[in-house]
Amino acid sequence: MLNFRSPETLPLVNLSNAGVRRNGRWLVRGVEFSISPGEIVTLIGPNGSGKSTTAKTAIGVLKADEGHVERKPGLKVGYVPQKLAVDWTLPLTVERLMTLTGPLKGREIEEALSATGVLHLAKAEVQHLSGGEFQRALLARAIARKPDLLVLDEPVQGVDFSGEIALYELIKQIRNRTGCGILLISHDLHIVMAETDTVVCLNGHVCCRGTPQAVSQSPEYQKLFGRRAAGTLAVYSHHHDHTHLPDGRVLHADGSITEHCYPGDGHHHDDEENVHDHGEDCGCGHHTRLHGYDVKEKGDA
Amino acid sequence: MLDDFFVRALIAGIGIAVMAGPLGCFVIWRRMAYFGDTMAHSALLGVALSLLFELNLMVSVFIVAAVVSVLLLFLQRRGALSTDALLGILSHSALSFGLVIVAFMTWVRIDLVGFLFGDILAVSESDIDIIWGGGILVIFAIVYLWRPLLASTVNPELAEAEGLKPERTRLFFMLLMALVIAIAMKIVGILLITSLLIIPAATARRFSTSPEVMAVLASVIGALAVTGGLFGSLHWDTPSGPSIVVAAVGLFVLSLLPIGRRPIEAAHHSTPGGHH
Repeated sequence: MLNFRSPETLPLVNLSNAGVRRNGRWLVRGVEFSISPGEIVTLIGPNGSGKSTTAKTAIGVLKADEGHVERKPGLKVGYVPQKLAVDWTLPLTVERLMTLTGPLKGREIEEALSATGVLHLAKAEVQHLSGGEFQRALLARAIARKPDLLVLDEPVQGVDFSGEIALYELIKQIRNRTGCGILLISHDLHIVMAETDTVVCLNGHVCCRGTPQAVSQSPEYQKLFGRRAAGTLAVYSHHHDHTHLPDGRVLHADGSITEHCYPGDGHHHDDEENVHDHGEDCGCGHHTRLHGYDVKEKGDA
Repeated sequence: MLDDFFVRALIAGIGIAVMAGPLGCFVIWRRMAYFGDTMAHSALLGVALSLLFELNLMVSVFIVAAVVSVLLLFLQRRGALSTDALLGILSHSALSFGLVIVAFMTWVRIDLVGFLFGDILAVSESDIDIIWGGGILVIFAIVYLWRPLLASTVNPELAEAEGLKPERTRLFFMLLMALVIAIAMKIVGILLITSLLIIPAATARRFSTSPEVMAVLASVIGALAVTGGLFGSLHWDTPSGPSIVVAAVGLFVLSLLPIGRRPIEAAHHSTPGGHH
């Protein structure tokens, strides 16, 4: 694989302490991460944790109410939103969808559609596609633009398991071939794309971050997902010092309960283990392992 | 030839249908039918204010319709009520304020029925100049705004993320609507303008394979409806606006008939075993 992260490369997007507030409530706060060319960043977190909000803030669809978001000047974004419903009154074929936000050559359209495996659907109306086919068409549209930054909000939703692996393979190829940065939002709290460089776990703020562990190291997963999946998917193990309770309050590792878990509230610190696979900039203070979290969150998701 | 009132009405009506076509497509794609109604109803307030302050009628109607749409944007941002309820409030309050102001002005006699349902006798040669001048402006604006308008119709966030400006586009779209309402009011009447936007576009849907085809077809179908409606109006001495709408509905009903569907189904069934 090529190395796109030379020291002189400026990040495509950099969020520092970014927060978005709506109707007096912080949707997400204290978000810190950056995406460099060729880097894949995956956002994970339970429903309502601010993943989509964070992605939209990164690309300027939402304005940050605090902190800073810097984008490379002239940044070209390719975006696959989480939800996209085309009204049935709008006659829109897959082919026409491709040039929705900018002109493309016929050859570029064909290449992108065949890369995502939906070239045979070029003349089909988008309303007639299945969920998985529509996701592929949307992905084709986003990559055909040859963006600097590809933002994919749950791109594998509605796609079956082998399709999911194929799409992750494709995303990896796109990154390797074009060197674009990719911001991926995963619907799964634990399984992420193996090629992910950084996983950022959100729950109203950055709960933890780290790199995923390859599935292939774990025989159970290999048995569960099969050999092909093992190279594509990876497991991310969370290292949290607090748990989000169902009523919105927060249980900290020291046993105390608070209304929120904003860094600096005095509950995120000093533990004998001081586990730190995520650096000083994670926005959460120090973290300790809290076992049992994984099982609990899985039930919520 | 243009001194004939009927030919004037025909030329004016076709001009309106041509610009209403693409705009009407966006009204149904964006589900803004009720919004169009609200802007049209506010036109009566524009009429009343133009009489009260002795302003040009079209300018006054355009300004009031534009103000109402901006007001709606502002109220939507506050988010206290649903758009539906806000539209209901704006629509009927503008209409009622218009009617009340007109009632107060005992010194003016206005042809209320003419304003509400359209009057082909009212079309002057200068109206034709305004309609075609305005029409060409509207068509140019739509062509220029086509990509951002379509992209933000499909998904505003997608459009925003990829460098188009959906908010600005939406504002321009509303101004275009206000312009069309101001221009079309005389012929089709305040209460029926929305139908000239929506019905031809809805009729065009079935025969369209792309947004562009649908926009052009809507213009053609609208022009047919205007022609048919005006001939009917002349022949049976019916009000022009409702006659045009009746003709448009006639075409819409025709489009619902299963003519021309058979070949597609036949082609589909002609490959037994070819299904995958």
